[in-house]
Amino acid sequence: MAAVIRLVNRSPLSSAMGQQYLALSSTAKVQAAGVRAGQALPEKVKIVEVGPRDGLQNEKTIVPTETKIHLIDMLSVSGLPVIEATSFVSPKWVPQMADQVEVMKGICRQPGVSYPVLTPNLKGFQAAVKAGASEVAIFGAASELFSKKNINCSVDESLQRFDEVMKAAKEAGVPVRGYVSCVLGCPYEGKVAPEKVAHVAKSLYSMGCYEISLGDTIGVGTPGSMSEMLEAVSREVPVNALAVHCHDTYGQALANILVALQMGISVVDSSVAGLGGCPYAQGASGNVATEDVVYMLHGLGIQTGVDLSKLMDAGAFICRSLNRKTNSKVSQATCKL
Amino acid sequence: MSHQRTSTITGHEYPEFVKIVEVGPRDGLQNEKEIVPTGVKIQLIDMLSGTGLHVIEATSFVSSKWVPQMADHTEVLRGIQRAPHVQYPVLTPNLQGFQDAVAAGATEVAVFGSASETFSKKNINCSIDESMLRFEEVINTAKEQQIPVRGYVSCALGCPHEGHIEPSKVAEVAKKLYEMGCYEISLGDTIGVGTPGSMFKMLQCVMKEVPADALAVHCHDTYGQALPNILTALQMGVCVVDSAVAGLGGCPYAQGSSGNVSTEDVLYMLHGMGIETGVNLAKVVEAGDFICNALCRKTNSKVAKARGRTL
Repeated sequence: MAAVIRLVNRSPLSSAMGQQYLALSSTAKVQAAGVRAGQALPEKVKIVEVGPRDGLQNEKTIVPTETKIHLIDMLSVSGLPVIEATSFVSPKWVPQMADQVEVMKGICRQPGVSYPVLTPNLKGFQAAVKAGASEVAIFGAASELFSKKNINCSVDESLQRFDEVMKAAKEAGVPVRGYVSCVLGCPYEGKVAPEKVAHVAKSLYSMGCYEISLGDTIGVGTPGSMSEMLEAVSREVPVNALAVHCHDTYGQALANILVALQMGISVVDSSVAGLGGCPYAQGASGNVATEDVVYMLHGLGIQTGVDLSKLMDAGAFICRSLNRKTNSKVSQATCKL
Repeated sequence: MSHQRTSTITGHEYPEFVKIVEVGPRDGLQNEKEIVPTGVKIQLIDMLSGTGLHVIEATSFVSSKWVPQMADHTEVLRGIQRAPHVQYPVLTPNLQGFQDAVAAGATEVAVFGSASETFSKKNINCSIDESMLRFEEVINTAKEQQIPVRGYVSCALGCPHEGHIEPSKVAEVAKKLYEMGCYEISLGDTIGVGTPGSMFKMLQCVMKEVPADALAVHCHDTYGQALPNILTALQMGVCVVDSAVAGLGGCPYAQGSSGNVSTEDVLYMLHGMGIETGVNLAKVVEAGDFICNALCRKTNSKVAKARGRTL
């Protein structure tokens, strides 16, 4: 385990014979400075809402175009600054996103809100710009096997493809966000070296991506592996150009996000209602729910600009449309405080 | 919109070892609607006893009139196969309960206070102060018989009736229980509304009155906040965590919502951080599978659900 996780010997209280054990147990003094959670955290966090793209992409049934548009429009008035709208991949590969042009043209864009779209290659980029896109995103992987199985080429080959997109985007004045998937583990390779993640992140950043979103694609990460990975990546990419994209497959997303915030990250990807299962673990959850992230951030006194109740309305709408239950625990809980 | 950060954040300190207090058989099952057969309860506890868990809350000696699920407390305590080095505390709300517990073979007990007056009145029909008097009887008797007593404080981060709970009130109740003789105080986020923000403030206050190594956190996952809340507690020096296998036990105050944080998910996080617990996660998953089959319900543990492939 890298030095970022420091373990100290505090003998846990044995549950035998009471208070005499208290006197005997040694207690390392808590480092108050390191633990002033309130002071170590960013004042503001930007939420990147990926429900309409990453979320819906993983839903089995094809969602009607009007439903997608309505969802995005509801999210647009909830205060979210960034809403990933659709993906300009070939409908042959991702039929859910076949209506990419209609969605882009149909949404009611709010001023001050960004609507990035995925563009895996130059063709996709050109189609996106033609459909009115003013921000795009490209997707790299920290795992060779995942890259080959997902987009049919090696990591380096994918970076070369993206180079074309980057050049065209620069010329057109279109900002590009970079994603790195499998940053905390790969469904094929297992463990992924933090240095590999740093290498890919650095490449994307050097190519011109303004922000790099680090994705725990199969949700296996924990605060331990998250810290280790961020330590390696932040040596290569400034921390204010980094975002975390945590999946909640193993229930670790919020804890991982908290640790990322404590390490200086202030951009978090999430998905309304926790849309999007994990294609690698049958029946398991995928994206972390935006409602649950916002609840945590607001509880920490961190500003997001998001109106949680409007967000929950959008979540309720899409769940009704999909005829499924929300994955957000905040939405499920009806307890009033 | 990103906040500009100029300083690096150093790693936090964490305990090398965390003691898990497994509350599934009591707190978990108590909140299940169907009455669970005694044989099933015993088998669950026996399976948990083989996982490496150090503490398994076995049952509750409350009146079966109030908690019918725990009516078989004596049979359960007598029927389980106690593993060496494992403690099996039981709840004892009053002297009568304590005496019954000891007669049934209990060697550790627990008392339940609240940081909210309204909750205390609605839950155990008396004020906080009155409940403390009752517990004092239990604790004094327990002392004479050298039986350790664990104290719980419920509503530590919010109350379903009163809403916000002042950290100072939590500290006051925790201190009282500790001074009366409880060796450990478990601070419960009864309705799961807490966040790392409120957890931090509450612990900061409580730790002025009770040492960190006598504290535990009992987080509910009703709003999905349990693991970050536990992480915050660990960063502040707490090294005892309550959890329930398979996340047993819904939240009676939020229809259809989850309650206890699941032991499997807590273990996954702790082990991923290099923190030792002595517990075998795979065996806990097995125990969780068993009880979920017996209850005909799905697990609340994300780790158990995702078991397809792990690193």
